[in-house]
Amino acid sequence: MKKILIVDDEPNIVMSLEYTFKRQNFEVFIARDGMEALEILKNQLPDVIILDIMMPLVDGFETLQKIKSNKQLSHCKVMFLSAKNKESDIEKGLSLGADAYLTKPFSIKKVVDQVNELLGL
Amino acid sequence: MNSIALILILLVYLALLFFVAHWAEKGNKNKWIVNPYIYSFSLAIYCTAWTYYGSIGVASKSGLDYLPIYLGPIIIIPSWIIILKKIIRIAKVNKVSSIADFISLRYGNSRFLGAIVTIVCLIGVLPYIGLQLKAISETFHVVTKTPLSSIVFEDTTTYIAIALALFASYYGTRYVDASEKRKGIVTVVAMESIIKLLFFLIIGIYITFYVFDGFDDIYQQASKLENYDKLNSIGGLPQAINWFMLAILSMSAIFLLPRQFHVTVVENNRESHINTAIWLFPLYLLLFNIFVYPVAWGGNILFNGQQVNTDFYSLLIPQLFNNQTLTVMVFLGGFSAAISMIVVASITLSTMLTNNVLIPYNLLGKLKGNEESISIKKIINTRKIVIFLLIIFSHFIYRLFGLDYSLVSIGMVAFVIIAQLAPSFFGSLFWRRGSRLGAIWGIILGLLVCFYTLLLPYAIGIANTNSTFISEGLFGHHLLKPFQLFGLDYLKPVPHALFWSLLVNFMVYFSVSVSFKGNYRERNYAEMFVDINKYMTNHENAFVWKGTAYTSDIEKVLVKFLGEERTKRAMNIFNLKYNVDKNQELADSRLIKFAENLLTGHIGTASAKILISSVVKEEKITLPEVLKIFEESKENIIINKKLTETSNELKKATHELQLANENLIKKDKQKDEFLDTVTHELRTPITAIRAASEILHDDDEVPEQLKKQFLQNIISESDRLNRLIDKILDLEKFETGKQKINVQKNNVVTTIEQALEPLYQLIKNKNIATYVESAEEAFALYDEERIIQVMNNLVSNAVKFCPETDGLITIQVIDKEDVVQINVSDNGKGIDKNDFENIFDKFYQSSNQNFKKPIGSGLGLAICKQIVEYHKGKIWVQDSVKGACIVFTLPKHKQP
Repeated sequence: MKKILIVDDEPNIVMSLEYTFKRQNFEVFIARDGMEALEILKNQLPDVIILDIMMPLVDGFETLQKIKSNKQLSHCKVMFLSAKNKESDIEKGLSLGADAYLTKPFSIKKVVDQVNELLGL
Repeated sequence: MNSIALILILLVYLALLFFVAHWAEKGNKNKWIVNPYIYSFSLAIYCTAWTYYGSIGVASKSGLDYLPIYLGPIIIIPSWIIILKKIIRIAKVNKVSSIADFISLRYGNSRFLGAIVTIVCLIGVLPYIGLQLKAISETFHVVTKTPLSSIVFEDTTTYIAIALALFASYYGTRYVDASEKRKGIVTVVAMESIIKLLFFLIIGIYITFYVFDGFDDIYQQASKLENYDKLNSIGGLPQAINWFMLAILSMSAIFLLPRQFHVTVVENNRESHINTAIWLFPLYLLLFNIFVYPVAWGGNILFNGQQVNTDFYSLLIPQLFNNQTLTVMVFLGGFSAAISMIVVASITLSTMLTNNVLIPYNLLGKLKGNEESISIKKIINTRKIVIFLLIIFSHFIYRLFGLDYSLVSIGMVAFVIIAQLAPSFFGSLFWRRGSRLGAIWGIILGLLVCFYTLLLPYAIGIANTNSTFISEGLFGHHLLKPFQLFGLDYLKPVPHALFWSLLVNFMVYFSVSVSFKGNYRERNYAEMFVDINKYMTNHENAFVWKGTAYTSDIEKVLVKFLGEERTKRAMNIFNLKYNVDKNQELADSRLIKFAENLLTGHIGTASAKILISSVVKEEKITLPEVLKIFEESKENIIINKKLTETSNELKKATHELQLANENLIKKDKQKDEFLDTVTHELRTPITAIRAASEILHDDDEVPEQLKKQFLQNIISESDRLNRLIDKILDLEKFETGKQKINVQKNNVVTTIEQALEPLYQLIKNKNIATYVESAEEAFALYDEERIIQVMNNLVSNAVKFCPETDGLITIQVIDKEDVVQINVSDNGKGIDKNDFENIFDKFYQSSNQNFKKPIGSGLGLAICKQIVEYHKGKIWVQDSVKGACIVFTLPKHKQP
């Protein structure tokens, strides 16, 4: 069973994603901000991480940098899922080492497809 | 007291003065040295040994007559705010270093006039210095109870004079530029002023309260002495006129005495120091005079019928009671008073003598031409020698002529002679027509009258011949009696001489000036002196000159006196100031004036002119032509001024535009950020709605429970979206001023209750305790609906930030004088100090500019701020130990 970590501070958005990926037979972990995400990553090695950018305390970019600096997590695919849709933000996200960048509002289907693609499924 | 012991004390005291002078000279930017108090106290150089001892003599012999000499300055000093400022400005701009420079510059750099002024000062001041030496010498002998030795070289006081001469010549010539400030000397003078006042007050208190039983006691006893009533009443109109003349005399002395001119004008560091001097200096004079009377009449009581020198009561009384400490103290005070005068007067006289007589008359070598002529070293050495010789010479005047008259009368004669400078000096400040010839003849004739009415009879008095000159007049003409000229018989000799000499002086100055026009240079300087305020910053522009001159020639002259480096620096300043190309070959009038100024401090105004004119080729200009040029240059100055003004205005406008532009860019950026955040905020609920809808649409197998939840999410996210749009519109209305508020007198307490009502459920859910601390009522002016909105927002935030357990919200209402203040605090995690200010910005993103998400919509506090400020209230974050505390105020009264 593939593992997925969803990091977003909007509970209603998380709820939809959680439901969707559970239906796709993922083991789903949820964090409300970067800090919680990093806490979870101490014990879990998910295959995919879905990361929001605008979050309280530790934002998405910072979280990604911390993930990338941890060698144990090097196989982890990271996908940004953010309402920040400016060209510059997308470029920044990808240059920091994210594997994909989808903008909000998103199509559930596209998100699922993207995750599958990242996992080579 | 033993002579040797007293000399030792004097040596220690002189060493102290050396030390202070040296210290002050070294730390010359120190605020202990450059301050208005040092300046004010240095002015008290006015009070010489004559004040210190002589006043008592006069008071004991002729009652109140000692007073006018101090009343004059006290009366005229308030005018300093205008007159002295003007004089200081003129002196600074033109680098004037003495009163001779000042007067000769005004009357067209006149060499002859400068020399005459110098001679007048020498005649007036040399005996005056002698007088100080006499005071030192006589008091020395009084204190040591030794007789004055008839052989000069056996008398100790001769050596004291030599020591003083050395001190003065060493410290007085440290700068070539005589217009430089001598901080060492000035600080010492100020210190001595404090010392002499202090010791005088001490002896005054001693005599009044220890020897006698207070002022009353002295008065009681003195009033029984014969003559008391006669001496201490003002004798009608004639006496009043005498007083008036004496007051006029001292008024002019406070401006014209060379040493006084030096400390007030040349040594002035800042114009603002005058503001302190105009109260402190008169106060000083008043303090100095408090005990003159008690000491004088105390002395009269104690020494009634004995033959003693009444001038020295202040020494004789403590001596009578065997109080040696006090005696020496008083002696030191008098010594201080004498030496400050001796030192400063001799320095100024030496500057005048070198800069206004010796150098311009080529007595130190040729000014013009080759290198072997006059040199800086020679000038300094000459000044040193002159200082030394002046003091020694004064000592010999005292020894040879005895100066038998009391301290006061010699001082008075000096004042009358110096007063001859008054018409041309004050004329220079206010009257454009005053001319060189008028000034010269006025001074000469005034001086002659002085000789006739004052010096000659005194000299005859000293010679003690049986001349009938005084009693019957020249050749027996009664109208020519020196003390009662033309039958003017109710004035005492000094006021009498002053009256006639000034009258003649002034009439001649006036009539000659009116009858013979001055040359263009005089007219030029007249304009600059009278209108100095106009020419303060660009006085070189006001100088009229026509001819050919080469910059290199002028530079050569400057290098000779200033040295390579200073010349270079000065030329740079000039080029910068007037935007002149440094390679320009031909010099213009501005450079000529600039160069003359630079030289003036070193060699005096007249020599500076002679020197510069030797290397340039000046064309003769007629007076009308000058006046025309002057008119034009005046216009030019006005145009220049206007241009500068316009250019300043342009600069200001540019600056404002720049600011506006920066502001716009900032606003634009803020707008971008705002839009950015708004769209982000709008997208968030839309995202949630879209995701939930997509699931519901595509997935038929969603469990019923979850389906309901998704639908519920869609509803609440739609509401959120709507609220957001409302808020944005609200904010926009406030920002553009379209919002209308309905201000009324309301009770804050009930408004808070209303605001809390809809939130109670929320508060209960989180188990938060709420306290409202307030009186029954507190009234303020506001739109209730809007303030409910504010309270609602603040309390909602507080609820959001309260910890999960033991949450606490406190609302305080504080009724102040003009406002009602409301504090809303919680016990949550608090607000970062860096965010105190910007937390009220729209969508404020915390300080590190990362992408941290604002709490809530990010608009709530921005709207609160807008509403509160619309009510002319204030809102801010208050520092608190735990949790956040937001405070806002509402005005109680109508705001303008």
